[in-house]
Amino acid sequence: MDRLIRKYADKLVRSGLAEAGTPLLGAWDVELIWNREDEMRPLIEKIFAGLHISALLFAQPAEPYRTVVDFLARTAPSGVLRPEDTETRTFLHDLPVVTTFEAEKLIQVLKKRKCAILPGRGIIACGTVSPEQAFVTFSSACFACFVKFFADVLRDVRAGSSSPAQQAAFRQAVEHLDPPAQRVSPLLRGPFRDEATVLTAMEEAGKATVDCGLVDSYFGNISCLFEDILYISQTGSSLDELQGCIDPVPLDGSSCAGITASSELSAHRAIVARGTCRTILHGHPKFSVVLSLACGEKNCEVGLKRQCHLCCPRPRRAAGVPIVPGEVGTGLHGLCHTVPPALADSRGVIVYGHGVFTAGRTDFNGALSSLLEIEKGCREEYFARL
Amino acid sequence: MNGWRGRILRINLSAGQWTVEHPDADVYARQIGGRGLAGSYLWDEASRPWDDPEMPLLFFTGPLVDTASPTSGMMTVMSRSPQTGTVGDGSFGGSLGTALKKAGWDGLVITGRARTLRGIEIEDARITLVEAAPLSGRKTPELYARLKGKGAVVLAGPAAEAGVRYANLIVDGSWAAGRNGLGLLFAAKNLKYIAVKGSTTTRVADPGALKRAQEDVQRLLSASPFLLGDLGIGRYGTAALYDLIDARRMMPTDNFRRTRFDAARGMNAHAFHKRYAPHRTGCLGCTILCKRIASDGRILPEFETLAHFSALLGNAEMETVMEANRLCIELGMDPISAAATLSCHGEIRRRHPGPREILSLLQDIGAGRGIGKALGQGAAVYAEQCGKPEAAMAVKGMELPGFDPRGAYGMALAYATSTRGGCHMRAYPISSEILRKPVATNRFTFSGKARMIKGAEDLFAAADSLTACPFVFLAASLEEYARIFTAVTGLETSADDLLSAGERIDYSERIMNFRNGFRGTDDDLPARFFEEPGTGNGHLEIPPLDRDEFLKARAVYRRIRGLDSEGRPTGEKAAELGIAWSGEIGG
Repeated sequence: MDRLIRKYADKLVRSGLAEAGTPLLGAWDVELIWNREDEMRPLIEKIFAGLHISALLFAQPAEPYRTVVDFLARTAPSGVLRPEDTETRTFLHDLPVVTTFEAEKLIQVLKKRKCAILPGRGIIACGTVSPEQAFVTFSSACFACFVKFFADVLRDVRAGSSSPAQQAAFRQAVEHLDPPAQRVSPLLRGPFRDEATVLTAMEEAGKATVDCGLVDSYFGNISCLFEDILYISQTGSSLDELQGCIDPVPLDGSSCAGITASSELSAHRAIVARGTCRTILHGHPKFSVVLSLACGEKNCEVGLKRQCHLCCPRPRRAAGVPIVPGEVGTGLHGLCHTVPPALADSRGVIVYGHGVFTAGRTDFNGALSSLLEIEKGCREEYFARL
Repeated sequence: MNGWRGRILRINLSAGQWTVEHPDADVYARQIGGRGLAGSYLWDEASRPWDDPEMPLLFFTGPLVDTASPTSGMMTVMSRSPQTGTVGDGSFGGSLGTALKKAGWDGLVITGRARTLRGIEIEDARITLVEAAPLSGRKTPELYARLKGKGAVVLAGPAAEAGVRYANLIVDGSWAAGRNGLGLLFAAKNLKYIAVKGSTTTRVADPGALKRAQEDVQRLLSASPFLLGDLGIGRYGTAALYDLIDARRMMPTDNFRRTRFDAARGMNAHAFHKRYAPHRTGCLGCTILCKRIASDGRILPEFETLAHFSALLGNAEMETVMEANRLCIELGMDPISAAATLSCHGEIRRRHPGPREILSLLQDIGAGRGIGKALGQGAAVYAEQCGKPEAAMAVKGMELPGFDPRGAYGMALAYATSTRGGCHMRAYPISSEILRKPVATNRFTFSGKARMIKGAEDLFAAADSLTACPFVFLAASLEEYARIFTAVTGLETSADDLLSAGERIDYSERIMNFRNGFRGTDDDLPARFFEEPGTGNGHLEIPPLDRDEFLKARAVYRRIRGLDSEGRPTGEKAAELGIAWSGEIGG
């Protein structure tokens, strides 16, 4: 357990979500253990004692998350943030804001939700089984706030309703944006000759995707078709730690051993079934997701019903690639129905509020390049639209 | 009242009379329903012998049943287990729970013993005790065909009448309420069946909020590879687990002497689908639909049944598994226990039964005939009688299901600490150890597992009380179900409040078991798991469990659970949880 809390505290820093030395992460093992000393610990321990949880993380997000989280939290109309991205919609539902740092108040909120935002102080997130859950929730909250903030700014600026406070927060956040990522060294070249090389190539590409910041937390998925077996990352796996987390799925369906495969297995299978590509990469690059939410259509029936993520009827594009609706997985409105046909004629596809799918013919070089280019293009387009 | 109906039907078969009880609202709020509410009715009677006429047999629904709540067509049956002597309960699907709610009842308490074999027929408030002597000895399909016009039906098969310790109850002809031998309670009460028909509707406090919460759960179900993925149980039934469990080298094989089955590839869900062309079905109100019916009408085996009637017995014939499953349903007995007992028998006589013998022995067990009489007592009793207790792969007298604990250490702890014996559904730790939900955990360590198992036991106690399908909690969580509970009942609650209720329900069961003589030493595994390795493959070894590490984890579990160092419940913890128990064995 000690190893786990150190791992995820470090990962927060390495992924730019928190400043070094600031995350406070505790978990129950035999005893309650912490990654470091902190004067806040007595108060946080009270929260621990009031909840059926196994891990708790409290940290001030690093910039630019700090600015956007604080701005949104301070201006949340009813004490709750409701970002429109897929991760929030599916897993977090909403982000409660708590203005007083009191154990009892936080306990009441965390009894119902996985995290809470404390304006000016940070985000507190819990896990029921492992510190990893607290890390993921913290990271997803940062991602959701980033996407919401930049999407709100674009909407408000174009509508002429952006407030001075929003403008100030925007300028401050933009100052802290990293430059667009670039891939320097090439990935393993295909075609791959054996299973071992396939696995190595996937691990390498997954790590590169995370290193380039093209993900939320470490989520995304990746696959490679080799001899009628689709090798695909497992559900909930870290793209930067794929060793031992790749499932072989025979395309003829003769084995269910891949029941732990990514929730997007259906989409990956449908894409490779078209026969034009053997590698697929799916990440959650931020500006691609932000632009996917930016729609100027007025009086759209689907929009008014807030069902854009399910069935947006308009042919929309950003950075030259299509934006399609679709939810995670295999439901009626699952992205497995929208992404494969859209990807047939494009170097990539953006899924509304979610992320980007790209594909390659024999290896991951093209797929990663496309992912980078789409995100870079969306970023440029975002600022151009402003 | 929203959610609940506010009425419990109490039937005394000795007197042939029934009464109606109206529990206080705070009893409902505290015990929820299902396993929790049934447990509260068992509490005062739990130390009676299972065949004492006054021992209650309890059928309880939950507040979500008969509403639009996802996967809420479940209910609970509970009594003292004839097989283990522990609290005995089963959560089962079908339409009985919905029918009982529609008839206006939250639960059914059956006591006494009828003078002749009876059936209970419930149609809304009309209760009829029906002569059932002509139905004695009939097989369950024949019985169900005769009774299904009367509504939802739960019945006991010939195995119960033959005294099989793992006799099941069969619901709607195909669902089993199993694993504790509660079918024997029907025999003890001279009861053959219960049929229920209802025509009223359960009220929901806030239908709009329920719809929103239901959509949130459905979104999570669609995002779950295990539930609704291409290879998930919504596509292949629970047999979808077969390949994975074998690949992870934790398939119980040859009575748990090995952990990989050489013939697995030809016996998997895909092979069964190809050969038997099944269609999907499931419990009322469920969108997962994990049950499979073959084109010839037979039911495809669940994962545990498939695993035990193939790998555990060294059987590579699919048709034998299909027939064994059919026989267990037809005779009304638990397939996991039946197969594990046959496997134990095979080990003792040093030869597993072949395909034909498997089927003939099952018929002997169901009829209480020849060696079947002894095998019908379960692996633990049978092995003891043979002077080979070590051959019984059981915990607290209940045979272990299809997950070898050497391949998942949380499962090892969960088997040991389960309040109803060797059960995988009390904590379902393969959720994180194998299926990576809600987060992947290292399956080869005890570190952190004590808290994980305790938390999961509380969660599933709450789920069994709500009563929602346990599988849904591999995608959704109590966070979503708390909103559903509030939308249905109008009572404010949270995930954490429901976990508190689950903790209280679990602890109450531990107290009842303690009062019935169970001690911390019963929370243990068969010695084989500590002495013999599983089947590795050169890259991955499956060593025996480290006894010291297991005992350390069990000690941590006791501390977290609020038991004393010997594993006994304490009056202090009971008071903390609001359980009225002084710590006395008889109290």
